[in-house]
Amino acid sequence: MLIKGRVWVFGDNVDTDLMMPHGAFDKPRSEQAKWVFRANRPGWVDLVKKGDILVAGKNFGTGSSRPAALLFKELGIDAVVADSVNGLFYRNCIDFGLPAFNCASVSDSFRENEIAEIDPRAGTIRNVTTGISLKTGKLPELLLKIIAAGGLVELLTHEGYLEPSGS
Amino acid sequence: MGMTMAEKVLARASGREVVRPGDILECSVDQVVQVDLSFALMDKVPTRVKSPEKISVIFDHSVPAPSVKDADGMAIARRYARKFGLKLYDVGRHGICHQVIMENAIALPGTLLACGDSHTCAAGALNCAARGLGDAEILHAACKGTAWYIVYPTVLFELEGNWGEWVSGKDVLFYIADKHGDFVNHNLEFNGGAVEEMILDDRHTLATMCTELSAEFVMFPADAKLLSYLRERTDRAFEPVSSDPDAVFESVLPIDVSDIEPYVALPHSVPHNTIPIRKLDRVRIDQAFIGSCANGKLQDLSAAATILKGKRVAPEVRLIVTPSSQEVYLEAVRLGYVSTLVEAGAVITPPTCGACFGHHMGVLARGERCISSSTRNFKGRMGSSESEVYLASPASVAASAMTGYIVDPREV
Ligand code: SF4
Repeated sequence: MLIKGRVWVFGDNVDTDLMMPHGAFDKPRSEQAKWVFRANRPGWVDLVKKGDILVAGKNFGTGSSRPAALLFKELGIDAVVADSVNGLFYRNCIDFGLPAFNCASVSDSFRENEIAEIDPRAGTIRNVTTGISLKTGKLPELLLKIIAAGGLVELLTHEGYLEPSGS
Repeated sequence: MGMTMAEKVLARASGREVVRPGDILECSVDQVVQVDLSFALMDKVPTRVKSPEKISVIFDHSVPAPSVKDADGMAIARRYARKFGLKLYDVGRHGICHQVIMENAIALPGTLLACGDSHTCAAGALNCAARGLGDAEILHAACKGTAWYIVYPTVLFELEGNWGEWVSGKDVLFYIADKHGDFVNHNLEFNGGAVEEMILDDRHTLATMCTELSAEFVMFPADAKLLSYLRERTDRAFEPVSSDPDAVFESVLPIDVSDIEPYVALPHSVPHNTIPIRKLDRVRIDQAFIGSCANGKLQDLSAAATILKGKRVAPEVRLIVTPSSQEVYLEAVRLGYVSTLVEAGAVITPPTCGACFGHHMGVLARGERCISSSTRNFKGRMGSSESEVYLASPASVAASAMTGYIVDPREV
């Protein structure tokens, strides 16, 4: 599995309250996605396209357990690569089926609109535009399996553990 | 080579002799805690659960329900809890989950606890390995009884020295945030003479706030204070963990608490964004908030009542006080803190997360500024994205509510 796409670049310490502002909570999922980065980058959600990749600085996704990773999936983002991904946000990405990678100097190695190609099994990310290649560390099998299943909710639903709550 | 506290719990829970940083483990969790907000945000519920006796459902984020969406989420949660016979902390028996987890000894020393809220490492004050999980994985933990964990390196803080006046766990955290920044992908451990002196409430505050440094597991020793607290609340058996003498720490950071004074976190983040309050120019405030899982405890209401006794909240300021659980609330009524605070001009809300995440009971308008004892000061956290949140201890918040600007409590 190779993940290839156009890159967006964000800075350090982008928090979950910017990703999924409180105002989005009571909206349906498709509308929640329109709130992503409203306070720090208004209008971005209209520019992002299916298959795009997020590159970010340190501690990307610091904050709460709110399901912000789901909104990136809703927007069509295929992967997240940051200098460091916040531990809880990392879990949320993997467990909602969005591949996420730590890569120490990734934010210095990409500019917006360049093309990235990620090989999760080899543990590399290549800047197709400039030719630079970096190590992301391999995603462990346990986590690859969760991603391949589309996340834990898909997995549990498939196995008959979950049903619609009817809300 | 020995193991740290968190490593020991993870080793046991994954059925291994030894675990080391870098390992990825599938662990059996000892307790699962689900909160109201997850039911409102997720559209799936379990058809079967692994061990009903290990699952608690706690209402905390929006109590009593301020919207139909919240009310629907709670109705779903009630049906789910009833169906499987789960322990439900419904409205009136509720509190902020981390407080309820402590008061009801849901977290026990040496155990592994999974909860779908980011400040779950609070339970580390009870020598329990706990970190926040997301909504998908908490469903997984409820259905299958397991969760995956990465073993991260541990940093040890050794706290010594004498506690200054009005210096608390919150100030220690801000001091650490000032000197060391964040600890992404690290476990933290606290020990030392100054930790022994801390009351459990204050250790719990410090553990809770480590989420703002992006820490993973946060562990405190199981000392006599903790054990006597737990003996009053449970007769369940448990086995505390302590770090081996030859445990491997990535670093050991000594802290002399005598050096620490009342601190404030400036708006929008905590790491490398905190300063001693006395170095702050006069910052006027519109709202003061005392509450949240970090600082809505009995010690916090007591500090606020001590400072505000016989005084008044500044005319242009509103003070909102939210006890962190029904138990805390009742005790604060009995001890007279509530009447002291109301006499000073405070509004007391029922226990809820409420204002802390800008949901209800104290939402900020555009351009407003709040001094808060809560956990987070992200942009827009407590309301408008054009508002500002400063964080401080309850003593500092109470003192600021009185003066109308952010002030060191030693000055009032
Ligand atoms: S009080 Fe605030 S930080 Fe604590 S659990 Fe509630 S929303 Fe989260």
